[in-house]
Amino acid sequence: MIEARSLTKRYGDKVAVDSLTFTVRPGIVTGFLGPNGAGKSTTMRMILGLDRPTSGSVTVNGKPYVDQAAPLHEAGGLLEARAVHTSRSAYNHLRALAATHRIPARRVDEVIDLVGLREVARKRAGGFSLGMGQRLGIASALLGDPATVILDEPVNGLDPEGIRWVRDLLKGLAAEGRTIFVSSHLMSEMALTAEHVIVVGRGRLIADMSVADLIRSASTNLVLVRTPDAAQLRSLLGGPDVTVSSSEQDVLEVSGLTPAQVGGIARDAGLVLHELRTQQASLEEAFMDMTRDSVEFQTVSTQRDEVAA
Amino acid sequence: MSTATMTPQTGPTRSVSGNRTPSSSGVSTVGVIASEWIKLRSLRSSWLTLAAAVIGMVGIGWLVSFETNSHWSHMQPDERIGFDPVSRSLTGVYLAQLAIGVLGVLVITGEYATGMIRATLSAVPRRFPVLWAKLGVFASVTLLLMLVSSFAAFLVGQQLLGSHGTTLSAPHALRAVIGVALYLTVVGVLAIGLGFIIRSTAGGIAALFGLLLVLPAIGHVLPTSWQQHILPYLPSNAGGALYTLKPDPGTLAPWTGFGVMCLWALAAVVAAAVLLRRRDA
Repeated sequence: MIEARSLTKRYGDKVAVDSLTFTVRPGIVTGFLGPNGAGKSTTMRMILGLDRPTSGSVTVNGKPYVDQAAPLHEAGGLLEARAVHTSRSAYNHLRALAATHRIPARRVDEVIDLVGLREVARKRAGGFSLGMGQRLGIASALLGDPATVILDEPVNGLDPEGIRWVRDLLKGLAAEGRTIFVSSHLMSEMALTAEHVIVVGRGRLIADMSVADLIRSASTNLVLVRTPDAAQLRSLLGGPDVTVSSSEQDVLEVSGLTPAQVGGIARDAGLVLHELRTQQASLEEAFMDMTRDSVEFQTVSTQRDEVAA
Repeated sequence: MSTATMTPQTGPTRSVSGNRTPSSSGVSTVGVIASEWIKLRSLRSSWLTLAAAVIGMVGIGWLVSFETNSHWSHMQPDERIGFDPVSRSLTGVYLAQLAIGVLGVLVITGEYATGMIRATLSAVPRRFPVLWAKLGVFASVTLLLMLVSSFAAFLVGQQLLGSHGTTLSAPHALRAVIGVALYLTVVGVLAIGLGFIIRSTAGGIAALFGLLLVLPAIGHVLPTSWQQHILPYLPSNAGGALYTLKPDPGTLAPWTGFGVMCLWALAAVVAAAVLLRRRDA
């Protein structure tokens, strides 16, 4: 269980995380979504006590992580950047971490086998590929058999088989009753892995809902109309909750009206329609829609991205 | 549920509220010390640098003592008067401090450079135990190794100096031999402190040797009246008083000087602790 209350992090006058309040519940995989630079990594670092919040608070299993007597048993984390000394072997890396909690060497062997690194465990971690590095990071996160697992972009650099392995692993860990909090900038990946998503942009909470609800809201009636008289038709489409957008010159995307209503309006005005159909927005589009403002902001302010990355 | 004690287990089933008997109790001082010992000994660079310190200490002592003995007849009378067989055999301390200093800085900046520090501080989020354990492990290893090296350098050196040599029972000889090991240990502590403060390997090494080697050299450019108020208190000059048997005028008394050097190290460690607690990892 992770509970963030008005969690805020400022670097100078740049706000990386802006008053985030959310709860990550045990037993399910919760996705943490947002474009690059949205404050996901900073939030995760604050959960694990690596960064100090400017204001607000976050607890893991009821207590700030820093105050836990056995932190590795409460939460295990894989953070985006590598956290391994490049000259040390994977085995010794895990042994050193395990020693702090007097976790037996047997458990180190277990997690090495779990992530499939047995063959290379005695080799220098600096020689690992990105995918092997991610596996070692996951092994470190699971070392203390933690109740809460926090993974920042765990599928980065993994091959399709590796991605599938992570997906199954996370679902399995959640089924055991653990809290799984996993960040990604890919909605499609989260749709397959997570049951619940928390979406952030520009450090602010944009959505906190189940994936099922998200899919439902994403597939609300969007009507696609193709007509040579697009401008004219557009001026006729109005009313509460009606929005019209246009990606091509002769195409309108209408929400808030049914295809029948749009067809009726066109007939009344004597306009020719070449195409009229409902269009299901994909999850990825829903996500892009939600975070459009923060993405646009991102291209203006690159400085923030560096800070929050 | 939220305050349940979590314990490692291997089976596929667990519940968040499980009440299993803990086989691992959490972060302990002994555990963090063990962790730092594993970290130190699992890097090849540690062994190479420590070997360099031992070889520097004993090898230079051996070389210098051998040379002194074979050139004795060519030495000027005033050189012979100022000659001190104890210090001569311990000349290697100047080389050994380079190795110990570099390794002391690397013990922590190596973690910042690679990102390992994030794993370390996630496991020990209270942070202070990491600083104490690194200091304890590295200081113990340095003290032990350098005590042995210092005695070896002395004994080998006196053997090679032959009739110009002395013994451990000579006045202050034992203090100098142990003093070299103590001096090097404090160099290591200072190095770790600066490493925690500066976080970068290049910066940490520059700061350490700026303080130990460059400042005393620059100090000689100052007006003479200032020199006597500043030079003896610089860490390497102050600490050096412990193993120098024929000191320059103005040098602090041996244990006073060593005390001053310890204060420098203490200041670095206190600053390191404050910054470690305050800064983001």
